Amino acid sequence: MRLRRFLLSDSPTVVATHNPDLQHHFSSMEQQQDASMLGMWVFLITEIMFFGGMFFGYMVYRFYYYAAWLEGSQHMDFWWGTINTVVLLCSSLTMVLAVRSTQLNRRKSTVVFLLVTILFGLAFLGIKAIEYHGHWTEHQFPGLNWSWPGPYSSQVALFFSFYWAMTGFHALHMVIGIGLVLFIAYHAWKGKYSALYFNPVENVGLYWHFVDIVWIYLYPLLYLIGHKKG
Amino acid sequence: MFENLPLWPVRASSTAGSVDALYIFLLTLCGVMCIGIFTMIAVFAIRYRRSAGNRAEPIEGSTALELTWTFIPLGIFIFIFVWSAAIFFRERTPPKDSTEVYTVAKQWMWKFQHIEGQREINELHVPVGRDVRMIMTSQDVIHSFYVPAFRIKQDVLPGRYTTAWFRATKPGTYHLFCAEYCGTMHSGMVGDVVVMEPAQYQTWLSGGAAAGSLSNTGQGLFQSLGCSTCHRLDTQGRGPNLTGVFGKPVLLEDGRTVTADENYVRESILSPTAKVVSGFKPIMPPFQGIVSEEQLNALVAYVKSLSAPPIGAAGTPNLKPPPGETPSTTQ
Amino acid sequence: MATVAVPIERENYLNKEYGVASWLFTTDHKRIALLYLLSITFFFFIGGFFALLIRLELLTPAGDLVQADTYNKLFTMHGQVMVFFFLIPAVPAVLGNFLIPLMIGAKDLAFPRINLLSWYLYIIGGLFMMYTIVNGGVDTGWTFYTPLSTQFLDTHVVAAALAIFIAGFSSILTGLNFIVTIHRMRAPGMTWSRLPLFVWANYATAIIQVLGTPVLAITLMLVALERIFRLGIFNPQMGGDPLLFQHLFWFYSHPAVYIMILPGMGVVSEIVTCFTRKRIFGYRFMAVALIAIAVLGFLVWAHHMFIAGISLYSALAFSLLSYFVAVPSAIKVFNWTATMYKGSVSFDTPMLYALGFIGLFTMGGLTGLFLAALGIDVHVTDTYFVIAHFHYIMVGGMVIAYLAGIHFWWPKISGRMYPEFWGKLAAMIIFVGFNLTFFPQFVLGYMGMPRRYWQYSPEFQVLNVLSTAGATILAVGYVLPMVYLLWSMRYGKLADANPWDAAGLEWTTSSPPTTFNFDETPVVTWEAYNYDELDAPKEVPLER
Repeated sequence: MRLRRFLLSDSPTVVATHNPDLQHHFSSMEQQQDASMLGMWVFLITEIMFFGGMFFGYMVYRFYYYAAWLEGSQHMDFWWGTINTVVLLCSSLTMVLAVRSTQLNRRKSTVVFLLVTILFGLAFLGIKAIEYHGHWTEHQFPGLNWSWPGPYSSQVALFFSFYWAMTGFHALHMVIGIGLVLFIAYHAWKGKYSALYFNPVENVGLYWHFVDIVWIYLYPLLYLIGHKKG
Repeated sequence: MFENLPLWPVRASSTAGSVDALYIFLLTLCGVMCIGIFTMIAVFAIRYRRSAGNRAEPIEGSTALELTWTFIPLGIFIFIFVWSAAIFFRERTPPKDSTEVYTVAKQWMWKFQHIEGQREINELHVPVGRDVRMIMTSQDVIHSFYVPAFRIKQDVLPGRYTTAWFRATKPGTYHLFCAEYCGTMHSGMVGDVVVMEPAQYQTWLSGGAAAGSLSNTGQGLFQSLGCSTCHRLDTQGRGPNLTGVFGKPVLLEDGRTVTADENYVRESILSPTAKVVSGFKPIMPPFQGIVSEEQLNALVAYVKSLSAPPIGAAGTPNLKPPPGETPSTTQ
Repeated sequence: MATVAVPIERENYLNKEYGVASWLFTTDHKRIALLYLLSITFFFFIGGFFALLIRLELLTPAGDLVQADTYNKLFTMHGQVMVFFFLIPAVPAVLGNFLIPLMIGAKDLAFPRINLLSWYLYIIGGLFMMYTIVNGGVDTGWTFYTPLSTQFLDTHVVAAALAIFIAGFSSILTGLNFIVTIHRMRAPGMTWSRLPLFVWANYATAIIQVLGTPVLAITLMLVALERIFRLGIFNPQMGGDPLLFQHLFWFYSHPAVYIMILPGMGVVSEIVTCFTRKRIFGYRFMAVALIAIAVLGFLVWAHHMFIAGISLYSALAFSLLSYFVAVPSAIKVFNWTATMYKGSVSFDTPMLYALGFIGLFTMGGLTGLFLAALGIDVHVTDTYFVIAHFHYIMVGGMVIAYLAGIHFWWPKISGRMYPEFWGKLAAMIIFVGFNLTFFPQFVLGYMGMPRRYWQYSPEFQVLNVLSTAGATILAVGYVLPMVYLLWSMRYGKLADANPWDAAGLEWTTSSPPTTFNFDETPVVTWEAYNYDELDAPKEVPLER
């Protein structure tokens, strides 16, 4: 067996000129960026499967207990939910603008857009906190303080179980997302990213968009069942 | 054939023979496959063992062979599927006019309620040659009703009825096992199915319950729980008239049509607002936590016994059958 | 590259750095593989110890060794530890981690730090599991069926669920790492159709890990939430459906069995080709079969639920699909057999294990046909027939394949040869012990002995005694490799780069390899398993 000697990243000349952000086990920045983006996509697919389990359970019970689901949805705060949806969509916009800024070597805009994204994220969490507080004081937490005056009590409790679980996990992912954006913002401020090396920003952007999209599904499923305009 | 060999369970039901036949076929098939493959491996291992001067021949593969050993097994598998599906279909389709036995499983015992009124714990008496349909539910966790000699098994779930049926073909006493892990004494949740000659069974029956048939018990509950207040025998009631309801389609308030089977009746008692009959309001209070599983079974048996009056007949149908007579079922 | 076993030790991944910190903070895939090797061996013996206690209890029909609750904990934790802390990680996290970069000509996996994180997650999950074990155990059965697990038990259900949840993330990250590595880090010339089947097998496994494990994660989360907050998602009295749990659980847990077996099939392909000196018969079909098993494996989960209360028509559909998934496995067995035809067969320890795998996997797989048959399943589900079926595949198949791989690649991993006599002896003891343990269980199952029974009806005793006798022999068989492999690390014969004259890029590196695997990136111009080229009579010695 013969090995044709092929000098790639190991040759002295290449070593001398390679990008300092190139990790040693990759042979080129292109390979590294491709790999890291593929990794993030695969990770997001696992997240789809994770949330998917909850969506499946939700759909099964919605089929069994539509009346209760309708009832539960009436007790969601339509306006807060809608505002939150707009907030997240805006945050995705600022996230994408941040990625774009990095690609254009605009360090300051990158940091600003990332910080605004974080602000939107915090606003989302703040509004969720208000909603959660409201549901709690209305005794709408199954198991801990549940009290339902109307019909279908235990089935509406099921609806609320899914509400708390699904929005809870979503909020947890938002918190992690904010942490990630903070991390990226710090490094962006330190000048680590540029047109030659921006894929961590891109990857965090992908994660952020994913969390946004999960909300886009949660919003109609939880807030808009049977909802008529007006 | 294998009656006295201790390595094979007794055959005591009408389906046991067909299950065993398929099993023996599969044993033979798999035996032949194993012997075939192992022999080939052994032959190749010896014939082509490493020795000086014996070089391996470079063989890439053979699409023809691959397709052969893809489609022939597939064909055999589909044959097995069809055969076993036929057995399964028969096992899941109780014959009409089966005798019914209501079963309540709980940690860690089996409670049986015969239609005629007898109650048994961990022992089930049945007559040989009669189709018996078990209507089963659990009071707590999932259990499983398993009689190896009959080759039947069915999980028993809390919150709903599942059914199994059999026709015993040989008098004797056979194991009943719980086959779904249910906690500490899962392995102690065992009993016996006692299959008797018809005459013996009649004797056993008449030595039994003084309380009257299961549907009589149900009738009593129907009155004492206040069901008859709303579910009157005319159209004036706040609830639907239940005469002749069982087994027929029911139109619901939300437009769906469901069949009024045992699970429907049960759900309508425990959680009435789940399916509201068209034209009625969701005002029936839920009886969840108020009736026990045994009482539910009695109520279901009672509702089943309310057969439709002949067309044009006036007055109330006679709902109380003479003691000892099995009410006709509309299944 | 020509290597000669010299007493002077060359620098390799083992001796490059010493000290606990250099191991605990390593990002070298080979060291991480060894970290996994140590941890899964530990859990294997814990799970095995539980199995021994179970078999001892089952010597007599009465429950007289341990209490009923204890027995229930034993079989639960045996299952949980063996499935989640041994079988799922075994070949991928040990052999896959070690070999995949070597086999594709890469310096490491795509994400070395995530690889280390995977191991730490596994350890944290393992700590939760040890906590559960030490603090009184859990007795839900490894399947956690509701409402038993959510409402009727007061053992450490949440801790066990957390343990598995965390270990599941370890599995997901390993799968993610493998997928990206195989897609993006192959050396020049290493096309998909030249990949060793071991790589294909781990790739197919990784797809399942990535798609299936998250569903288990959310299912266990829902069980934990239900217990903590008394939610009612699976509680019929509150409108919940216990069957929903089963669907969610089996949606992962059926593909999980393919996570467990596919890597073993990959190992067998490597070994059979090496010890018959032939290319694998039907490479394309073998690769496609691996992917087909992975895909079809997601479509058959409810064959665990035929009598659980699903509709007749669902049962029919899942039965038919289960027959479809059996076909690619059958193809593989035929192809391995055909590979031996006109080969040049030798019987070193790895080959003995590989042949054992083929035989026992065939038997286990064929008994799957019985279980997929609806009419038969009604009788044998939830009995010892099922236990025998899956142990034939998991123990007769998977554990044997794992041992085959450990022995085959031992010289590469450690730089030493294991003692061949002891290797063969252990293999034979394991084979005999295994069959004696599990074959009687098929008979027990058809006779009607249910599973998870602490006490049983007396007519089942003789077969149970045979089974326990087999288990003790099997235990001896498992202890032997532990002992002699450890011994060989110090006293074993030094191995050269390619003691088996095997094909595959991993054999072109030194034994053990250096930290960065290859001095120069290889360029591949040959097909997989090119034994005919390797063994061709040479006029001039080729550089290796």
